[in-house]
Amino acid sequence: MTDVRRRDVLLALLALLLLWQLVAALAQIPLLPPPSLVVTTFVREVPRGLGRHALASLYRVVASIALAVLAAAPLGLALGQSVRLNRLAAPFIYLLYPIPKVALAPIVLLLLGVGELPKIVLIFLILFFQILVLVRDSAAAIRPELVLSVRSLGAGRRALFRFVYLPASLPAVLTAIRQSIGTAVALLYVAELFATRWGLGYYIYLNGSTLFNYPAMYAGVLAMSLLGLGLYFAVDALEQRLCRWQAPSPR
Amino acid sequence: MSERPPAPMLEACRLHFAYAGRPPLFVEFSWSVAAGETWAVLGPSGCGKSTLLMLAAGLLRPQQGDVRVAGATLHRPRPRTGLILQEYGLLPWATVRQNVALGLDIRRFYGPDGRHAPQDERLEDHAARVDYWLERLGIAPLADAYPAQLSGGERQRTAIARTLALNPDLLLMDEPFSSLDAPTREALQILTLTLCREQQLTVILVTHALEEAAFVGQRILLLGRPPHHVPCIIEAPHPHEAAYRHTPAYQALCAELRERLEAEECS
Repeated sequence: MTDVRRRDVLLALLALLLLWQLVAALAQIPLLPPPSLVVTTFVREVPRGLGRHALASLYRVVASIALAVLAAAPLGLALGQSVRLNRLAAPFIYLLYPIPKVALAPIVLLLLGVGELPKIVLIFLILFFQILVLVRDSAAAIRPELVLSVRSLGAGRRALFRFVYLPASLPAVLTAIRQSIGTAVALLYVAELFATRWGLGYYIYLNGSTLFNYPAMYAGVLAMSLLGLGLYFAVDALEQRLCRWQAPSPR
Repeated sequence: MSERPPAPMLEACRLHFAYAGRPPLFVEFSWSVAAGETWAVLGPSGCGKSTLLMLAAGLLRPQQGDVRVAGATLHRPRPRTGLILQEYGLLPWATVRQNVALGLDIRRFYGPDGRHAPQDERLEDHAARVDYWLERLGIAPLADAYPAQLSGGERQRTAIARTLALNPDLLLMDEPFSSLDAPTREALQILTLTLCREQQLTVILVTHALEEAAFVGQRILLLGRPPHHVPCIIEAPHPHEAAYRHTPAYQALCAELRERLEAEECS
């Protein structure tokens, strides 16, 4: 199934590139360089700074995701296990979840100043709520019969966490990450517009709006897309490794 | 049978239990199960039979009185008590083999501390024990399948293997065969009882089906309408063989149980 899907993705990519090349050849304007030029620029620019910009961005996204998982997953597990705790927290989550965190960017940057922290916090804020809600719901959906029978096997709180709650919430964590990669990368662009000299967002903005070097700008967009795609594939691969039970094949 | 009465495996002493805001299910209820006995607890739904089993498993605590297992008052689930529920007891993300090994993995997780695992637990022969019970329950070919890929009977075989792999001395079962079709249920009843006899287990099986109670229980505890004070016990010593289902004794026992349940004689 995956092979077919990957092949389809490649074919679609090829079709899009062809279309792009065609339109660029017809339009003949600097704003739309042909993909061949973008790719050669990309290859040339990677060792000359673009690579380092991409690494800075990658670090920010991965750090935000890791922090969000570390903070939201245990809290989600706790809320999912305790009806009383959840009753207390649910109204707050209900109010805070839909706030568009991107709009908070200026405030976060103002409050936390320059450096890595505000950029990571900004992405963290979005991921945090998505992971929290998904993990909470998956922990709450664990059948009481399952918990009882595992407790009867001798499991105390620690073993229940290790053998039941952790594996049960893993798919939710991965789903949450995958769902938020697109948002995280988009936010990255916004976050990197401010007070930094490294990062793909900065690179794209610099080349697009200051240097008017469109092939380089497109190379930056390409790098950012590849970053998102790479993360997406990584989560996909993790999910297939860790959550094989979710797609039972008929015997 | 034996000349001396064997020591009690499970004792409920003047038990009082009610769920919060509900009328009591058990009031001053005392009941004793001797080691090696096979009991069925029979009653309609809502009569408190599952609650009694949860109390015996240490998963619920009585408000008054106490539950003693093998001479010790129960404060938490005990490593040597096995519990099998009707459904949803298996980890959906673990294979049959991993599920059967789960109890042993939990013991290894804690180490032989006497609280979560028996103090004399031998951690090194776990893999062999898993293989043995996979084989005995006939699920070795399914070892790498996930629960969602199994039939109901295969899932219960997995649950039974997981429990027996822990070398229990007391086996508690809550409607373990209720969701199975008749032939599967009858085959699994006999297999379970055979294995329990081999392991010299004390068995308490909770059921709402009087045919099952009559076949499995050599002593039957009837629970009518709560609250329960004095246990109503029917003695029915008989062999656990498929042929027993076709004897007049079995028919008579079923008739008696039906009559008693309908008459609410034990409430």
